[in-house]
Amino acid sequence: MLHIENLHARVEEKEILKGISLDVKPGEVHAIMGPNGSGKSTLASVIAGREDFEVTDGKVSLDQQDLLDLDPEERAHAGVFLSFQYPVEIPGVTVTNFIKASINESRKARGLEEMPANEMLSKIREKSALLEIDRKFLSRSLNEGFSGGEKKRNEIFQMAMLEPKLAILDETDSGLDIDALRIVANGVNKLRNKDNAIVVITHYQRLLDYIVPDHVHVLYNGRIVKSGTKELAKELEEKGYDWIKAEND
Amino acid sequence: MAYTEEELKKELETKEYAYGFYTDIESETFPKGLNEEIVRAISEKKEEPQWMTEWRLEAFKQWQKMAEPEWANVHYAKPDFQDISYYSAPNKKPKYESLDEVDPELLDTFKRLGISLDEQKKLAGVAVDVVMDSVSVATTFKKTLAEKGIIFCSISEAIKEHPELVKKYIGSVVPPRDNFYAALNSAVFSDGSFCYIPKGVKCPMELSTYFRINQAGTGQFERTLVIADQGSYVSYLEGCTAPSRDENQLHAAVVELIALDDAEIKYSTVQNWFPGDKEGKGGVYNFVTKRGLCERNAKISWTQVETGSAVTWKYPSCILKGDNSIGEFYSIAVTNNFQQADTGTKMVHLGKNTKSTIISKGISAGRSQNSYRGLVQVQARAENARNFSQCDSLLMGNQCGAHTFPYIEAKNKSAQIEHEATTSKIGEDQIFYCNQRGIDTEKAIALIVNGFSKEVLNKLPMEFAVEAQKLLEISLEGSVG
Repeated sequence: MLHIENLHARVEEKEILKGISLDVKPGEVHAIMGPNGSGKSTLASVIAGREDFEVTDGKVSLDQQDLLDLDPEERAHAGVFLSFQYPVEIPGVTVTNFIKASINESRKARGLEEMPANEMLSKIREKSALLEIDRKFLSRSLNEGFSGGEKKRNEIFQMAMLEPKLAILDETDSGLDIDALRIVANGVNKLRNKDNAIVVITHYQRLLDYIVPDHVHVLYNGRIVKSGTKELAKELEEKGYDWIKAEND
Repeated sequence: MAYTEEELKKELETKEYAYGFYTDIESETFPKGLNEEIVRAISEKKEEPQWMTEWRLEAFKQWQKMAEPEWANVHYAKPDFQDISYYSAPNKKPKYESLDEVDPELLDTFKRLGISLDEQKKLAGVAVDVVMDSVSVATTFKKTLAEKGIIFCSISEAIKEHPELVKKYIGSVVPPRDNFYAALNSAVFSDGSFCYIPKGVKCPMELSTYFRINQAGTGQFERTLVIADQGSYVSYLEGCTAPSRDENQLHAAVVELIALDDAEIKYSTVQNWFPGDKEGKGGVYNFVTKRGLCERNAKISWTQVETGSAVTWKYPSCILKGDNSIGEFYSIAVTNNFQQADTGTKMVHLGKNTKSTIISKGISAGRSQNSYRGLVQVQARAENARNFSQCDSLLMGNQCGAHTFPYIEAKNKSAQIEHEATTSKIGEDQIFYCNQRGIDTEKAIALIVNGFSKEVLNKLPMEFAVEAQKLLEISLEGSVG
């Protein structure tokens, strides 16, 4: 589904991704781990199409569709979803209103009519129940005054509503206490199915206790230096990243 | 929302001013220049009584002694007042009862403006008194209003038909000597609207007026007078669009509201005068004096959405004369490209237990300058006066400016005055976040701006709110990226 080949990207003059290749199949969960500054979040941003990064070489495609030629919103329409590490606040725009705009823009891009209000409503009901989201939450301004846990839960709620082919969860565990982590992870697990794929980006292993990956990759200095199963994540938890660094420096 | 996504998209694609066209209707225009003769001629042309002519002449005398104000945070080439024609009227003068009688070209203009004088509007319960280049050419629903004793007509007609009301109230809130532009308006006002709601009557529909400037080089001097008698209520809508033009056009209106004991007036404006092109060329100068007087237990709410004009100088104000009276000001001012706006309000607390609320939202983009200027004044005998002010600014890009000039004068120790202000910027992070959710940049800006303006948009009557939202989007088109 997601195919990344020899991807190089830089910000200004600094090369951050130095030849990444990755294949993710439908139904799979991949974890990308690595020490701070290894390029994990950059990879997420480049896939989503953030303009701050310049792709100098390589390919990224989703179901054979080249993503690098597309604007960020077109990538979203193609089925790419990024759960942000730091979701932004948009004062005065309610969660409901935002998700409505989001869904309808994507439908418009696919040549569909706007989603009828009653359909939207029942979908909101269903997904908010699935993620144990209080209905009052939906009428609040997007991320304004949200706790860390609420922000991340809101990201997963949007994911549930948009039903993307590929979801990239960028440091979804950061800033969460253990209860919030469990709720968010349970939500993600409920959204897993044989047709979608999830890439979990995380520094720590603990999220992977809840969202169990099929594959684990270690990113270091802009390259994937090691791939394995969930056992690799456990090994990293025990031994830290130093041995990886030592092997590759 | 009443409009489809497709329509919205089309509008966002329109790069140039949507209403930039000129309607060729034969008109009678006075020679350029201003002197006593011109003032007399205007009065005569409008078949005014002697007292009105005298009133204009007195205002003209005052004006001659006054200087153009320079304290506002705006910079522009001062208009040459002798290079303006002070009167222009469509030639075919008769009033119409039905639209069939109206010049088809004029109707076409209305269509392009999106003003529908047709069934839809009637179903929406709106009576429209259209001011086209100084003379009212169409009035609807007058009969329904008349049954309730409501008078809604052009000010020229009111001067003839209801001289006792006009004589009593005109200039009572904004006296001719109030300021330079008010004096000029008093001397040469061409037309405008008049509204009287009798005692205890709740006006059954939103009253609405559309203004346009249509004749090259003719300044437009509208005069509006709204009187809500004891215990009455009226909601009044004023909306403007103007054709694009190279030379600057002067607009100096005066609006006076009088809310007698226990009366309430809601006055809503969507202003969309031509703002000048992307290089800052052309555009309307909008120097407006708007003020309302509240008697005992009365309430006046000003709501404005200001998106147009090259230069705006406008402070809808309330004189809270009566005890327990309430004044409100809700404003959204958008400036883009080279626009300059200096706008805000004055709340003058004279009576006891008077309350005022000010919510101002300024949005600046391009190389524009957007200033809020407000005065909250509590006089000595105004026991327990309360004011709450909130001024928020939203910046787009690095070349625009937002300024806040709040003045507070309290002469009574029991006064409670609160002022809050914030400044924020539309960030690339916000835009990218929206993009990632499938929302393109133009739509993202519209969403963010609408969210920012929500508290004020919510104060507008429903159909106006939709129009206002559309305008915000058009005005900020192409301002980021």
